[in-house]
Amino acid sequence: MSDKPDWKMLTLVGEDRPGIVSRVTNKLFEVGANLGEASMMRLGANFTIMMMVDYAGDGEQLQRLVAPVADDLGLRVHVDAVAAHLHRHVEPDCMITVYGADQAGIVARVTGALAEAGLNILELESDVGGTEKRPLYVMSIQGVASEGMEPLQAALDGLAELDVDVSLRPVETLRG
Amino acid sequence: MAVRDIVLYPDERLKAECAPVEVFDEALAELARDLEDTRQVGPGAVGIAAPQIGVLQRVCIVDCSTTRKPTPNNGHLVLVNPEVLEWEGLVSGREGCLSIPDYTGNVVRAEKVRVRSQTVVGETFEIESEGFEARAIQHEIDHLDGILFLDRLVSRRTDLFRRKVYQKGGKKRPAESKKTG
Repeated sequence: MSDKPDWKMLTLVGEDRPGIVSRVTNKLFEVGANLGEASMMRLGANFTIMMMVDYAGDGEQLQRLVAPVADDLGLRVHVDAVAAHLHRHVEPDCMITVYGADQAGIVARVTGALAEAGLNILELESDVGGTEKRPLYVMSIQGVASEGMEPLQAALDGLAELDVDVSLRPVETLRG
Repeated sequence: MAVRDIVLYPDERLKAECAPVEVFDEALAELARDLEDTRQVGPGAVGIAAPQIGVLQRVCIVDCSTTRKPTPNNGHLVLVNPEVLEWEGLVSGREGCLSIPDYTGNVVRAEKVRVRSQTVVGETFEIESEGFEARAIQHEIDHLDGILFLDRLVSRRTDLFRRKVYQKGGKKRPAESKKTG
């Protein structure tokens, strides 16, 4: 690890298959890169990686080094030089879950109302289950209620016509 | 009276099973005072366990009486040789630790516990605890067994089960879940 980390955000996307994580991260290890926070998951039969990579060279160099492995695995690669830092976690103080019959506009309507009511989203995960004929949409949001919980509850109450199940809960982090 | 240094992960002392207290002397009382002084300095800590200041004895403190949002509690608890006698219900909640800065994660704990413990002078007592305080007690007793909340992490992605949320009096919070439409 270099003294002062030089973070890049490395994005890889492609059809899911076994071995993607190990081959990509082994390559990064070989070239002397160091990994930070990352999100890796399967989305719609693709595998997606977004990770902080501390690499002394520039973004194009990093992209060239990763390209052979990525080509081999059928992954598209994207590198952004970013101003990033570790040890800057923000703790969520609320969690919102939404589920219901899938329909266009759930995310836009829900997050629009919440943003107006002061929600800062730290993490959003959503998935579609059910069957092709009757898809079920599930979304989980963790965030910071910058104006408190009441405006958020009021915002959710105003979404009645969406006909989805919504719950807003406080997150009290225990420290001990 | 002293604020002691917090033992930070990785440190073998956080993974040790602590020894039961057998002598209830002035040194034990002083340990309890040091633990409390150190807890007070930790940012918003509702509990602390002896191994977190490097003492491998079964002593911990839990105090949920001054949380930002009031929660049912048994006041300031000094627990010596505590043990969970009974537990009920499972609930997920977010935890952090003085010994593991800048990381929090979800952990499943019992919703209610009955605990037997001794005081610093060796008297045995029992309490019932629920919710946030019950979580704190389990987190601290885990420390005495060398278990960190990192050992109990559950995935956020699969943590969609509705948590039971109790208000004072045990009523379910009406705003907790709302079927719109």
